[in-house]
Amino acid sequence: MDILVCISKTPDTTSRVSFKSGDTEYNSDGISFILNPYDEWYALVRALEIAETHQGKVTVVHAGDQSSDIVIRKALAIGAEEAIRIDINPKDPFETAFQIASQVRSGNYRFILTGKETIDYNGAVMGSILAEMLDAPFIANITRLDMTGPDAYEITREIEGGEEVCVLNGFFVASAAKGLAEQRIPNMKGIMMSKSKPLQVVPAVPFNNVVSVEKFTLPEAKKGVTMISPENMEELVRLLHEEAKVI
Amino acid sequence: MSILVYIETPGGKIKKSGFEAMYYGAKTAELLKTTCIGLIIGESDDAPQLGKYGAGSVIQVPYKGDFDAQIFTDIIYKTASVKNCHVVVLSHTADGKCLSGRISVKMECGIVSAACGLPEMKSHLCVPKMVFSGKAKAWYNILTEKGVISISGNSIQPQIIGQDVTPEISNIEIPASKIKVVSRKTVDGIVPLPEAELVVSAGRGMKGPENWGIVEDLAQSLGATTACSRPVADTGWRPHHEHVGQTGVAIKPNLYIAIGISGAIQHLAGVNNSKTIVVINKDPEAPFFKAADYGIVGDLFEVVPRLTTAIQKFKQGH
Repeated sequence: MDILVCISKTPDTTSRVSFKSGDTEYNSDGISFILNPYDEWYALVRALEIAETHQGKVTVVHAGDQSSDIVIRKALAIGAEEAIRIDINPKDPFETAFQIASQVRSGNYRFILTGKETIDYNGAVMGSILAEMLDAPFIANITRLDMTGPDAYEITREIEGGEEVCVLNGFFVASAAKGLAEQRIPNMKGIMMSKSKPLQVVPAVPFNNVVSVEKFTLPEAKKGVTMISPENMEELVRLLHEEAKVI
Repeated sequence: MSILVYIETPGGKIKKSGFEAMYYGAKTAELLKTTCIGLIIGESDDAPQLGKYGAGSVIQVPYKGDFDAQIFTDIIYKTASVKNCHVVVLSHTADGKCLSGRISVKMECGIVSAACGLPEMKSHLCVPKMVFSGKAKAWYNILTEKGVISISGNSIQPQIIGQDVTPEISNIEIPASKIKVVSRKTVDGIVPLPEAELVVSAGRGMKGPENWGIVEDLAQSLGATTACSRPVADTGWRPHHEHVGQTGVAIKPNLYIAIGISGAIQHLAGVNNSKTIVVINKDPEAPFFKAADYGIVGDLFEVVPRLTTAIQKFKQGH
C-alpha cells in the first residue's frame, strides 16, 4: 500500500520578511528553511501511522531545487521510505500541482496527503488543484483519517464552527490540519537511515505560469500601543468607540 | 463576458461571507465594466437578497444532496460556460478551499486564493492577498483570460447597492457523488471565528478552565465570539475549534481582545491582521504589547470583569 505525501519547504516562522528584484521576489538570503509544518507534523505523520498499521510505504514528493534536499532528508528521517524531487522551483501552486500530477500518474498511490497550506504563501489550493487534475475527491483541512475497509475511508474535516464526517471509497487527495496526528521528532537511527534512502531527482515538465507577482508590500508599522490604566476601563471603552470605532 | 459568484448557503442561509463574496463580485464587475451573476446550489429563501449586494441576476440550482466538491465544481464550471463568465468569485471558507483550485483547473486559468481586498486593473487583473502569515501583502497578476478569486472573511464590508432579484432556476445536469457525508456538527448560535467581527480570546494566564466565566461574560457583553491560544486548546481547557494562531484558525476581526496571552510569534501569525488589538496582561514585558493598539497591564481577574461592566454601561447608553 503506497501513500504519497506532498511536502513543501518554507522559511522558519521567525524569519524576517523582505523582498528583492523590485519587490517581486522573496529575499531568501540568510534565511533558514524548514519543512512546512502542516506537511511535516500532520500529513506525513498520519500517512506513516496508516502505512505502519497496514504494511504500507510512504513516498514524499517535492518540487524544488537541490537546496531542498535537506528538508526532504528530514522527511525520510521521520519515516518516509523514498522521495521524489522534481527539479524546478515552482512559481505558483498551479505549477506545483501540475508537476506533482505528472509524477503521480506514473505511481500507484492509494491516496495523497499534503498540509492545509504553506506558512509562506498561505494559498491552501495546491491540493484541490492536484485533485482536479487527477479527477479525485479532495477534502480540505482534515483532522481525522481512518481506513475502515480495504479501500474505504472515514474522514473528518473542519467546517466553520464545527466539523463534518464523510466516507468514501478509493483514491482521494486531502489536506491535513492540526489534530490529524502528533508531531514526530526524528531519532538518531532515522537520521542515519535517511542518508541511504532513495531520493530520486526527476526533470520538470514544461509549464506556462498562470499568475505572476506584481509586487510585495510590507504592512505599515503600527502607530504603537496606547497604555490604559487597569482602573479605567471606561476610557478603553471610549477609545474603542470613538477612536478605533469598533464598538 | 460576466462574473459568476458562487454563494454558500449552509442550512439554507446566506451568511456574511456569502454577501461579502457577492459584493466583491459586483465591485469586480464594475471594474471590468461587466455584469455579475450570483449562483446558489441548493435550497435557500435568501437567494433574492443577493440582488441587494450587486447581483444583476441570480441562478439557483435545485440540488438536495450534501456538499461534494466535484459535483459543485462541475455545476459552477458549467454555469460559468453557459453564462459566458470569465471570472469566478467565491469565499475562502472550508467549502471554498475544496472548490477554488478545482474550478481553476476546469477553466484552465490563474487563481488567487484568500484575497484580502478588491482587485485592480493593471496590465492584467491584479489581486491582493496576505502572505507570510500576515507579515506581507502580495499583488498577483492573473495572466490568463479567465480567473478564479477566493476571498478571505472580513476582507470587504458588503454594502447595499441594488434590489432583490427573482432567482432563475437552473436545470443543469448534476453528476453522481463519490463521497457521502455521514454527519455535520456545528456549534449553534455563535458566529464562527473566521466570520466574527469581535473576538475575545484568552490564554494560559487564565490559570484553569474553571475561570473562563469572566471571558464568556465579556464576550457576551460585546456579542463577541470566544477564542483561545494554542496551549489552552492543547491541554483541553477549551475546544480545538476555538484555537486561533498559526496552526489554528487565522482570523481578522475588527476587534481582538487578548487576555493572558503572551503573544508568541505563532499566535500573532493568526491574529495580526485584526483591525484593533487590545492586550490585557500582568507582565508589562509580554511581546504581545508590541502588536497591540491598546494595552492594559494588570491582573486579568480584576480587569476583565471591570471591562465587562464598562461595556454593559456603554451598551445601555447607546
